[in-house]
Amino acid sequence: MAEDLNWAIGGEAGDGIDSTGKIFAQALSRAGRHVFTSKDFASRIRGGYTAYKIRSSTDRVQSVVDRLDILVALTQRTIDENVEELHDDSVVIYDGERSWDAEIPEGVTGVDVPLKSLAEDAGGAIMRNVVALGAACQIADFPIENLDESLEKRFASKGEKLVENNKQAARLGQEYVEENYDDLPEYSIDTTDEDLVLLNGDEAIGMGAIAAGCRFYSGYPITPATDVMEYLTGRIDQYGGTVVQAEDELSAINMALGAARAGARAMTATSGPGIDLMTETFGLVATSETPLVICDVMRSGPSTGMPTKQEQGDLNMTLYGGHGEVPRFVVAPTTVAECFQKTVEAFNLAEKYQLPVYLVSDLALAVTEQTFKPEEFDMDAIEIDRGKVVDEDDIDQYLDEQDRFQPHYDAPDGVSPRAFPGTDGGAHMSTGLEHNELGRRTEDTDERVKQVDKRNRKVETAEQEEDWDYREFGDEDADTLVISWGSNEGAMVEALDFLEDDGIDVRFISVPYIFPRPDLTEEVEAAEEVIVVECNEQGQFADLLEHDTLTRLKRVNKYNGVRFKADELADDIKAELEAEVTP
Amino acid sequence: MSSEIRFTDFKSDKQPTWCPGCGDFGTMNGMMKALAETGNDPDNTFICAGIGCSGKIGTYMHSYALHGVHGRALPVGTGVKLANPDLEVMVAGGDGDGYSIGAGHFIHAVRRNVDMTYVVMDNRIYGLTKGQASPTSREDFETSTTPEGPKQPPVNPLALSLAAGGTFIAQSFSSDSQRHTEIVQKAIEHDGFGFVNVYSPCVTFNDVDTYDYFRDSIVDLADEDHDPTDREAAKKKILEGDKEYQGVIYQDENSVPYSDLHGLDANMSEIPDGAPEDAMDLVREFY
Ligand SMILES: Cc1ncc(C[n+]2csc(CCOP(=O)(O)OP(=O)(O)O)c2C)c(N)n1
Ligand code: SF4
Repeated sequence: MAEDLNWAIGGEAGDGIDSTGKIFAQALSRAGRHVFTSKDFASRIRGGYTAYKIRSSTDRVQSVVDRLDILVALTQRTIDENVEELHDDSVVIYDGERSWDAEIPEGVTGVDVPLKSLAEDAGGAIMRNVVALGAACQIADFPIENLDESLEKRFASKGEKLVENNKQAARLGQEYVEENYDDLPEYSIDTTDEDLVLLNGDEAIGMGAIAAGCRFYSGYPITPATDVMEYLTGRIDQYGGTVVQAEDELSAINMALGAARAGARAMTATSGPGIDLMTETFGLVATSETPLVICDVMRSGPSTGMPTKQEQGDLNMTLYGGHGEVPRFVVAPTTVAECFQKTVEAFNLAEKYQLPVYLVSDLALAVTEQTFKPEEFDMDAIEIDRGKVVDEDDIDQYLDEQDRFQPHYDAPDGVSPRAFPGTDGGAHMSTGLEHNELGRRTEDTDERVKQVDKRNRKVETAEQEEDWDYREFGDEDADTLVISWGSNEGAMVEALDFLEDDGIDVRFISVPYIFPRPDLTEEVEAAEEVIVVECNEQGQFADLLEHDTLTRLKRVNKYNGVRFKADELADDIKAELEAEVTP
Repeated sequence: MSSEIRFTDFKSDKQPTWCPGCGDFGTMNGMMKALAETGNDPDNTFICAGIGCSGKIGTYMHSYALHGVHGRALPVGTGVKLANPDLEVMVAGGDGDGYSIGAGHFIHAVRRNVDMTYVVMDNRIYGLTKGQASPTSREDFETSTTPEGPKQPPVNPLALSLAAGGTFIAQSFSSDSQRHTEIVQKAIEHDGFGFVNVYSPCVTFNDVDTYDYFRDSIVDLADEDHDPTDREAAKKKILEGDKEYQGVIYQDENSVPYSDLHGLDANMSEIPDGAPEDAMDLVREFY
């Protein structure tokens, strides 16, 4: 059978779907299998359909596909929701003792396991999902010892007894299937001794922040950004930092601004509605030339939109949001590992150029757990660049003729030295009002132009000094060029294989920088067909590229709340290419 | 260094553009004196302000300062203080800035109890936008936007603070320079959030809450038999609301500031050149 294993558990919110899924994902990853997870959840705590899906293989996996091999169904709805993805060799694990009569689709094998009774035998009904995991191990011929390790990790803090009970629950599930079913589709998934870690984008951002020396985080809970805050809570403290849960986003960004001005590396994270609230202060951050990382984990909008659904609709807001004209950088990681790397980079950029950096992620990245080699989170490679900071000893060089420090000194590269509060001789004022080099309010026409130019010159300097690169996949000489940003990269990389199978060669460029961004004019000109893929309706990134390259581009957009799947994306691209052929 | 510091060291070379006679002059002078008295110097002081005539204070003082957006100075001060506990942080604003647009932050700053000082220049009017009703304007106070008065009771900032768990609640009058300075000094010395509502008359737009009015009606708590550590007594005085008190109305002597409760004593501006030494442990957690 296929090396790929596509497994899912589904039920009602509150059924422990997430933690069960995570336990199994960790077991697979510890067994050296690559894992890619996705979650389907509704915006409510109890009730409502929820599912946790795992795709797993001995090769790298970067996308979900429309195929399920083993489904643990705690409700009939779980089966109904996934019926399209079931195939002839699919197995559905369900509990016939439960009140519903499971309707198993034709051709699919139903495995009826008394989950609740067996769990009670092991010490408590609450472990019924673990019984199902044991059953899944038997069906997939997956060594249950890997599951044991994962259960230990999960329950160790709650005592030896609980760990043992859970292991027992899994055994009972395994044995039940072994004894009662002998004619099941044959799965036998390999394990490897590869070293892998399993984490999601929010966790990667949190980890990147700590690694980059971020010490102050203030935020207000919002899906799907809250995990960043929850990750940092308790961990950042170990490095002398803190997390403050602010009363709202207005407060969150202002606290972070205060901490940044005091010299800390500071960050806040939120989602679209929170970015709206932060926008006024965003202008202050830029005008006062304060280094700050503002993370927007996008979800579906506008307004409260679909809080638990995927979308890349905030690009324009991060790029243009705020009154007046405000220089900022917009960096958008394309993979979970990049969430880590780009967070580190965002802090360096913010401090080197003393401006706000939007770190734009999205729900798909935030909730996807994915396996990586630990080297992709290379702590030794991290270099911290605090930019131009002045101390007691060299402050004299930066004082005016009246010994006043000039925080907005009109430096040739646009970046003036900064003095952290507490530095002798550096006392100065900064303001959101237009100001002169001393930081004092001015409406003088020349001063105004000078400061606007100074702030913009930082961008010009950065455009020259930094690599605003892209990543490239597929066939470099192909006639068809696909460009995307953000979390679409994984699905697109896998879609390349599907397209190749259909004889379509594609060059694929994945762009992690929105502003500044690489100039793709040559690449666009070299291609016959250019398609821009993004999870929004209007094609915000495509608009930008059209503006840059002065070329009409084709678009593949998805905005139903669900991320691209590799096979589906390949079909969409094919359809877009064929649309051209018929006049 | 503190012994050499005089309050004039906190003055910037910029002349205030406040109207001659504005109460904010006295409020600011008292703040500068209190800072000098408590042994601070401009290089260890951070002033945050919002928007309004009051908010301009950072411009006229010499220290590290941020003049931010309307109503949000308290969160800025919170971030500054938590990131560097060695700094003396003062937040200043107006009654509109603090009790209207920033009211939410006010309540939460009070209950967060970060060790900083909040001075509100309460002129019971919007000065900078030229004379509209503010949250502390009287019910029948006629302004350009309330020709027949706001017809709603004014907020009682002292009561808000007490209800939110305030650990230092005081009021002063900007033209009583000595008392005002003393009171701000006590607020600075308080371990936690020191809140001072300062009557700071607007001579241009408020002809009701004038110097004469305050001079005639102010009651100094020092002249009354008031024990500021007695919360019940403070509550009574605050809720009666029929007198304009000056002095420390309530002080919790057992106040534990936010940083102490959260074990925060590091200056967060100091970080290593690379990732922390044990950073690989963060990755290993994900095995
Ligand atoms: C978001 C926003 N809304 C409105 C304003 C306009 N505005 C400037 S000052 C002010 C009121 C200030 O009143 P107060 O805080 O009482 O200070 P005062 O000027 O009386 O000292 C307003 C509404 C603004 N700057 N920003
Ligand atoms: S308008 Fe009122 S508050 Fe503003 S400076 Fe003039 S007197 Fe002071």
